[in-house]
Amino acid sequence: MIPELGQYALILTACLAVLLGTIPMIGATVGNALWCSYARPLAIAMFGFVLFSFLCLSWSFLQSDFSVAYVASNSNTALPWYYRLSAVWGGHEGSLLLWLLILTGWTLAVALKSGNLPEDIQARVLSVMGLITIGFTLFILFTSSPFERYLPRIPEQGADLNPLLQDIGLIMHPPMLYMGYVGFSVAFAFAIAALLSGRLDTAWARWSRPWTVVAWAFLTLGIALGSWWAYYELGWGGWWFWDPVENASLMPWLIGTALVHSLAVTEKRGVFKSWTVLLAIFAFSLSLLGTFLVRSGVLTSVHAFASDPDRGFFILALLAISIGGSLLLYAIKASHVKSESSFGLLSRESFMLINNVLLTVCCATVLLGTLYPLLVDALNLGKISVGPPYFNALFVPLGSLLVLTMGVGVLLRWKQTSLQLLIGQLWLPGVLAVLAGALSLYLLPYWPGFWVSAGLLLAWWVVFTGGRDLANRMRNKSAGLSALLGQSRAYYGMVLAHGGIAVLVVGIALVSTFSEHSDLRMEPGDRKQFYDYEFVFDGIRKVDGPNFHSDTGVIRVLYQGEPYTEMYPEKRLYTARGNVMTEAAIDPGLFRDLYVALGESLGGDAWAVRVQYKPFVRWLWLGGLMMTIGGLLAATDPRYRKQARRDLAGA
Amino acid sequence: MNPKRKQRLLIVLFIVVGVGVAVGLTLFALNQNINLFYSPSQIAEGEAPQGTRIRAGGMVVDGSVQRSTESLAVSFDITDYDKVVRVEYTGILPDLFREGQGIVAQGELDSRGVLQAVEVLAKHDENYMPPEVAEALEKAGKMPKPAGQEFNK
Repeated sequence: MIPELGQYALILTACLAVLLGTIPMIGATVGNALWCSYARPLAIAMFGFVLFSFLCLSWSFLQSDFSVAYVASNSNTALPWYYRLSAVWGGHEGSLLLWLLILTGWTLAVALKSGNLPEDIQARVLSVMGLITIGFTLFILFTSSPFERYLPRIPEQGADLNPLLQDIGLIMHPPMLYMGYVGFSVAFAFAIAALLSGRLDTAWARWSRPWTVVAWAFLTLGIALGSWWAYYELGWGGWWFWDPVENASLMPWLIGTALVHSLAVTEKRGVFKSWTVLLAIFAFSLSLLGTFLVRSGVLTSVHAFASDPDRGFFILALLAISIGGSLLLYAIKASHVKSESSFGLLSRESFMLINNVLLTVCCATVLLGTLYPLLVDALNLGKISVGPPYFNALFVPLGSLLVLTMGVGVLLRWKQTSLQLLIGQLWLPGVLAVLAGALSLYLLPYWPGFWVSAGLLLAWWVVFTGGRDLANRMRNKSAGLSALLGQSRAYYGMVLAHGGIAVLVVGIALVSTFSEHSDLRMEPGDRKQFYDYEFVFDGIRKVDGPNFHSDTGVIRVLYQGEPYTEMYPEKRLYTARGNVMTEAAIDPGLFRDLYVALGESLGGDAWAVRVQYKPFVRWLWLGGLMMTIGGLLAATDPRYRKQARRDLAGA
Repeated sequence: MNPKRKQRLLIVLFIVVGVGVAVGLTLFALNQNINLFYSPSQIAEGEAPQGTRIRAGGMVVDGSVQRSTESLAVSFDITDYDKVVRVEYTGILPDLFREGQGIVAQGELDSRGVLQAVEVLAKHDENYMPPEVAEALEKAGKMPKPAGQEFNK
């Protein structure tokens, strides 16, 4: 009964979405205020029904109702309750329902938080969100309903959740990532609404800016969590694989980053408007493309669930309609947009433009590397894959250039900066960065090569140019400390996010150069030394968990000859499906991780053991976290609320 | 041409040249780094090049896995149920590697026609078969019906 209610709620959602997608839109076009006013209650009701449907599915999981096919293939009675709950989005159907829940959640948030928008803009934004909801609800109903039953042959036991997914990382990674993906739909809806109403002005940029930044922050967190999860769960200590599905999340992130910056320029200076709109359209389109790539099964990947071609066609059609429609609208409307000011070559505007171009180029190279194998395959020219060296070869120089211009851009003024002033600002941070970079290189065990050295230097460059900017701001105020604390929240957000980039760069540079890694055949008593750490294999013991049996290795670690810690990497056999899983043992630290994973038994007491020393690997996710917090700080700047009130008073 | 147009022309030329160089370099990098996929039949018939990085996939032949007692070296056969190719690898095999399982190996062919693998991939779902392997098997007309499909529609 409960699953049928869930299905019914979804059907009602589709009906409400059709109403939301049409009535307020027509109302806004013909100027009917009553029709416009339907938008908010419809948005609220829509969220209510999707939430109800989601709860129905969660209930079926908690009750282990194996008559529901989706529950039977993703759960098991031996599964602890929290994994049963997270199993709701452990497969294709449920993760789409989660996607829908988040989409309507964002719609609800816009409905509740946009009381100060002009009526017609609000109606149009919500209406566009409604249109997107129609697409996804129909997709679920027609191709991937999670509520389908196994009748009359009800399985007695479920097939269990994939053991890789029985983990805290999976509980959090998809919701955060989807918050980001779907969050760009709000930026998209604002852009479409602005195009439709013909009011592409700074007010529009100001309204959509906090939404975009929040979505971007969640996407950042989602990607960082995914990388962290892959690092400790996949058992070989990699943190980024240039896997097509990772690329699918990186592309909207790159365009989203460009969008966040371009929106800032549009709001402050009234230029780049049509470019900003285009970025908003692309950011959301790439999110959709990501969904298509992951969910259609065209890719060989960890994430690709076994799936049928109908789904692929449906998403492809959805993609074609939304991208084609919005670009058509853009082509018709955007030509009338006029810039409100001009700017010189040496200005913050032009450096933001360089930033945007570089990010877009990065995104294009990722897109090419990801889609090229699909294209070649579709043309029957063979099966190929594009290896990480391609991405590294392009990303390292582009990224370096990006970080270099970031330092300059922060110190430039809007409109025009004289070269003399700029050099006066830049020479000191430049010299300091070179000195600090040289010192860092001196402290390293050996010369790491040009690009890694450049990375370290650039990280310092970001730190010192940021410091210079802060010093400038403090000099104009009387008291130093109060000036330090008296900056706007958006400014702290920016500093934190840029600092996050520096931290990330250091992490990438060092972990990819100074990691030590070796696969060993170890018998009890065998040893291996990395720098100051010595690993001693003490054998295997058998341990039983709630739904698995485990061979647990015991590895003693000595630091400079003294006992330091013991590590317990595991090889688990999950009984429900007979899956074997590696659980790595990690000794985390700010400056290095020790990472031990167990391979297979080699007969007798010998085991294959993978021992790794990963310096600065935590900095990758620390950087991501700093960017996330920075984004959230900036988005909650009280300025947006104050300005909104002023807009309302003026209107 | 008035100065303003001249300036614009310069900018446009600059952009065109810049984009051209960028696209050229990108395609060059791409061409250096694509790995072609070959089925065991294609390799056995000598279609695959030696000394360049390729991908090969197939089912691991039952009883073919041989481990060294001294090191992590391992060798095994992969097949599309038509021809067989030997793969040699040193390192830890993925969790889902086992006999009868579909895998993809990445590496170079040596002069004996043995694939010296640097990476062995087996995917994280026991019923899942890499699409390349599935297609290779289908071409050879040897697609097996995996058991336990009722949970993975």
